[in-house]
Amino acid sequence: MSAVAADLRVALFATCFNDTMWPGTPKAVVRLLERLGVRVEFPMAQTCCGQMLTNTGYARRAAPLVEHFVDVFEGYDAVIAPSGSCVGSVREQHPMITRLAGDPDLESRVEAVRPTVFELSEFLVDVLGVTDVGAYFPHRVTYHPTCHSLRMLRVGDRPLQLLRAVRGIELVELPGAEECCGFGGTFALKNADVSVAMGQDKADHVLETGAEVLVTGDNSCLAHIGGILGRRGSTVRRLHLAEVLASTEGDVA
Amino acid sequence: MPAFPASARSALAKTQQRANLRGATHTIRAKRAQVVAEVPEWEALRVAGADAKDEALTHLADYLEQLEESLTARGAAVHWARDAEEANRIVVDLVRAKGVDEVVKVKSMATQEIELNEALEAAGIGAWETDLAELIVQLGHDRPSHILVPAIHKNRSEIRDIFTSEMGKVGRPAPDDLTDEPARLAEAARLHLREKFLRAKVAVSGANFAVADTGTLVVVESEGNGRMCLTLPETLISVVGIEKVLPTWGDLGVMLQLLPRSSTGERMNPYTTMWTGVHDDDGPQEVHVVLVDNGRSHVLADPVGRQALRCIRCSACLNVCPVYERTGGHAYGSVYPGPIGAVLNPQLRGTTSEIDASLPYASSLCGACFDACPVRIDIPELLVQLRGTVVEQGGHRAESAAMRAAAWVLSDPKRLAIAQRGATLAGRIVGDRTVRRVPGLGGWTDARDLPTPPTETFRQWWAREHADGHAGDEQGGGR
Ligand code: SF4
Repeated sequence: MSAVAADLRVALFATCFNDTMWPGTPKAVVRLLERLGVRVEFPMAQTCCGQMLTNTGYARRAAPLVEHFVDVFEGYDAVIAPSGSCVGSVREQHPMITRLAGDPDLESRVEAVRPTVFELSEFLVDVLGVTDVGAYFPHRVTYHPTCHSLRMLRVGDRPLQLLRAVRGIELVELPGAEECCGFGGTFALKNADVSVAMGQDKADHVLETGAEVLVTGDNSCLAHIGGILGRRGSTVRRLHLAEVLASTEGDVA
Repeated sequence: MPAFPASARSALAKTQQRANLRGATHTIRAKRAQVVAEVPEWEALRVAGADAKDEALTHLADYLEQLEESLTARGAAVHWARDAEEANRIVVDLVRAKGVDEVVKVKSMATQEIELNEALEAAGIGAWETDLAELIVQLGHDRPSHILVPAIHKNRSEIRDIFTSEMGKVGRPAPDDLTDEPARLAEAARLHLREKFLRAKVAVSGANFAVADTGTLVVVESEGNGRMCLTLPETLISVVGIEKVLPTWGDLGVMLQLLPRSSTGERMNPYTTMWTGVHDDDGPQEVHVVLVDNGRSHVLADPVGRQALRCIRCSACLNVCPVYERTGGHAYGSVYPGPIGAVLNPQLRGTTSEIDASLPYASSLCGACFDACPVRIDIPELLVQLRGTVVEQGGHRAESAAMRAAAWVLSDPKRLAIAQRGATLAGRIVGDRTVRRVPGLGGWTDARDLPTPPTETFRQWWAREHADGHAGDEQGGGR
């Protein structure tokens, strides 16, 4: 494992949302990857994948962001992001945005960078070939597989493979796990009522499991479900997958 | 029709309807998943289905001409209708020429789309729906809320009440002791409808498929009402959207595997009726086919958008859609609700009305609809593209300004770092208190707490930790 890991030139794409609102997640990614022998770089020039613009109908405005993304991340063996939806945006939307922008040169650069971008669980399982990352997390946990990880990236049960190998963990299945939580980017604002109705059902399911901790691979979904749980006064903790995987015996978890 | 968020809000308040919808969609979802899982080559079938429809759509004019020839050679009369008005006029004239004042109808989305029943009624012609769910909607003076199960939003006791109070006004009344048992309800409908079948001289249908090389129209159904309409009356008028054409008879083999499993969750539907022109002493002696465009050739012109015309109206996307499950079909303001409605209506009707401009946003882009669609329509992709269309037509001024600002900030790390300072400043002010309400963010904070911003961003932390410059370049650096 470390032979593969040490040779790779790896960049962390923290994503603008995590960078600003959830710095604990990219920190956990760094801690986890370094523990696995990966030397992680954080290109300070990075900004945003453009997903919010594209999904709201401003794909043309996202073109400079795509170009900037390519500028920052081309040349790495792997670019890792702790967000299924941002990786989905790079894989599925960047080609569309550049096509709209009518820039064939950019299109071919996008095509070159695209396959190097991985969601965290994909990188761990497919590239490093590990499922046991040496984590310790003695808690009752339920996992919500986010829509973009599940249906855009098709990460399948990779996150669960990783969680199952965590020592001390008690994993409980989330009812209706594959149903959307209702976040959906600006959907959460534009159709707030439907978004909340969906989130309420998701929160009900989380509470049904009796889990102490809700885990996902996307902090945006977590902010939405967590916001509803919080309003209900729930004490269920919300953590990103990376933070669980980064935990070790040494942590006061 | 108000924009989707407003009609969704009132739909969400209907708790009985929400319970009915949840029960019905989850039941059919599970059935569909089970019968689809039985077919190991399901993915290959989906591709074959998409290919057959794409072949038809890419050479639509040729296949339509071929269809017309095949139909005419077998004794059917073909009529072309540019829009709803033209289609309705053709049908009304045909019915009038027969000198009758009523027709029986096979459940058909095309006739609903063009509002044929209303046009017939205006001409003094009664149009009786014979599909059970469609009958419930018609008797209840309601609107359909699902492609396949138009009365999905009603439960059994609501249906019983409608039958009891309404059947007698338009024909044979419901029995006095009618209960809400499904068998009793079906029996009441059967008796009520039988009179109409036996009396009617003219039937109006749609078609699930129209095969170009043989001139065969196909209707797939569960109850047998359609077959009664398609065989008993002397005259049959079939109103068919031009996208229903399939190149060859062989293509039906694929479609008839995809459709029942996706729509009713059955391996095969109970009734498949096919009619090809006119046959002496057997079935209708006069067959008219009205081929309707009504915006379809406009959709066809868009290379990405055109995939929506592959739709075989199975309703699988509705049944898996978390938004539809909670709002029901009425909120979509069209006979095409759910994910396919959210992309098809703005394409067929344009995005100038409030409702059509809001439909592309009536989705969280969760992708469940694409996975369920038997002909692989990438509905999320279409939604995103249509959002672009709405924006380009000047849909949202304030938002556009905000997005321009966001793009400006997010395309440059220095600007992003400055913007982040605002967030971390807020984080320091708020501390670890819960954020309950922020002016201007009512949509979020009405029912959700906001995450508390951290006091330091990741990049600040990284810069501090890696002050030696070991990896990455300086804050705001780059090319
Ligand atoms: S879009 Fe696909 S899933 Fe939805 S009704 Fe049409 S064919 Fe069925």
